[in-house]
Amino acid sequence: MSADPLYTPYHPRWYRRHVSVWWWLQNRSYTRFVLRELTSVFVAFFAVVYLWQLRALTQGPEAYGQFLARLKTPFFLAVDAVAFVFVLFHAITWFNLTPKAMVVRLRGKRVPDWLVVGSNYAAWLVVSGAVAFILLRG
Amino acid sequence: MVDRITPFLWLLFSAGGTVAALLFPVHLFLTGLAFPLGWLEAPRYEFLHRLLAHPVTRLYLLVLISLPLFHWAHRFRYTLYDGLQLKHLTALIAVLCYGAALVGTAMTAHVLWTIR
Amino acid sequence: MTSTVALTVARYRPEKESEPTWETYEVPFRKDWVVLDALNHVKDRLDGSLSFRWSCRMGVCGSCGMKVNGTPKLTCATFLSDYLPGPIRVEPLDYFPVVRDLVVDITDFVRKLKQVKPWIIRKEEKPLGEGEYLQTPDQLDAYKQFSMCINCMLCYSACPIYGLEPGFIGPAALALAQRYNMDSRDQGAAERLKILSEHDGIWQCTFVGECTKVCPKHVDPAGAIQQYKLSAATHWVKSLLLPWGTR
Repeated sequence: MSADPLYTPYHPRWYRRHVSVWWWLQNRSYTRFVLRELTSVFVAFFAVVYLWQLRALTQGPEAYGQFLARLKTPFFLAVDAVAFVFVLFHAITWFNLTPKAMVVRLRGKRVPDWLVVGSNYAAWLVVSGAVAFILLRG
Repeated sequence: MVDRITPFLWLLFSAGGTVAALLFPVHLFLTGLAFPLGWLEAPRYEFLHRLLAHPVTRLYLLVLISLPLFHWAHRFRYTLYDGLQLKHLTALIAVLCYGAALVGTAMTAHVLWTIR
Repeated sequence: MTSTVALTVARYRPEKESEPTWETYEVPFRKDWVVLDALNHVKDRLDGSLSFRWSCRMGVCGSCGMKVNGTPKLTCATFLSDYLPGPIRVEPLDYFPVVRDLVVDITDFVRKLKQVKPWIIRKEEKPLGEGEYLQTPDQLDAYKQFSMCINCMLCYSACPIYGLEPGFIGPAALALAQRYNMDSRDQGAAERLKILSEHDGIWQCTFVGECTKVCPKHVDPAGAIQQYKLSAATHWVKSLLLPWGTR
């Protein structure tokens, strides 16, 4: 069974369908997958906004005030709202998929998926609460 | 031939995705929506400036900005490669994506380093 | 109560045409019939030239994989009653070359399966006198799910990466590699790492997850691949920090 299979004279007539560049629109699962992957663009967008905020903070109160004013414009409010939805989508899909990659075994038995997912959401609540607490103090 | 680079990039992608999943929703909600729209009171400039003085804050911000950029770089690179079938541009895409993440990281590190 | 249902079947006869065509057959509707029964009815009574693979007709051999209404399925496990009122579209699996009608060439899969060394690898065999390898239920549990694979290739037909990157080793082969890596009797993880942790191995996978959705045996190949990504990355870190340590 280690030799290459012999091809009949008909093998040049095998039909191979070409994969369209719109393959990801042909199926709801595929489209959801690509949307999930595109959340990374909004993640990068917000990372850049935060870097911008950081620079404005170091350049003095006037620069920071300008930054805050920019964020209040309808354009940024709209983009931020959309980005928030996508970032939420990223977080939810990320937490739900973590148990697939990280199989935790305690004393030989696999920890059930709902427990791993639940711990992720719990950590999310705790960490978000801590950040909000710090930022809302001043 | 064992790939020696992709495991490292995948670890960065995973770390960045975890940071983004845990921390970006709350930060984006506050900074992008709640504060500008006045739903919650925004922190004052002096308070934030004081926070920035702590080295812990600076490390936190470096992680918060840099790792998600690498998450984006890895994920977006594969999205372009598979989604748009840009296989002939694979090297260029990789350089642009990871390069952008590196530039973002360098800029963040520079800003954080030079705060008085 | 319908007495017949329409079956629209993809035909491809290389000696006559250069592209697949569709042909519709009216088959009797019986509530206990599966798509395979309908196909066999076509071949027995309506059109003997229809070609397709099947064997056990009970979901354990993996021969009858085809696309039914666009989704990869085992036709012996797909009831006509779930697709009323029809017509029901039957096509060959995606991403494999079509030889004729509903028959695809699976050489690529077989080659990749062999590549991942799906057998117990021992550094040295236990002498017969020492008896069998013993395994606790928990040790069996660690790999049992991945051993359920029947090589039906529905996952390959569902995986867009396999369609875009023909060099990708693919879900079933990677899940079977992981089945052996997780087997307590196996000592070949380091050997498989060389094949799996390369560009066309696990790193092509972007966790679309369709493979797990279509698997009729609940093998969860996507989970196997993600687990292996983590262990390969961990191995990379260890090799970086302790370059003198052997696995």
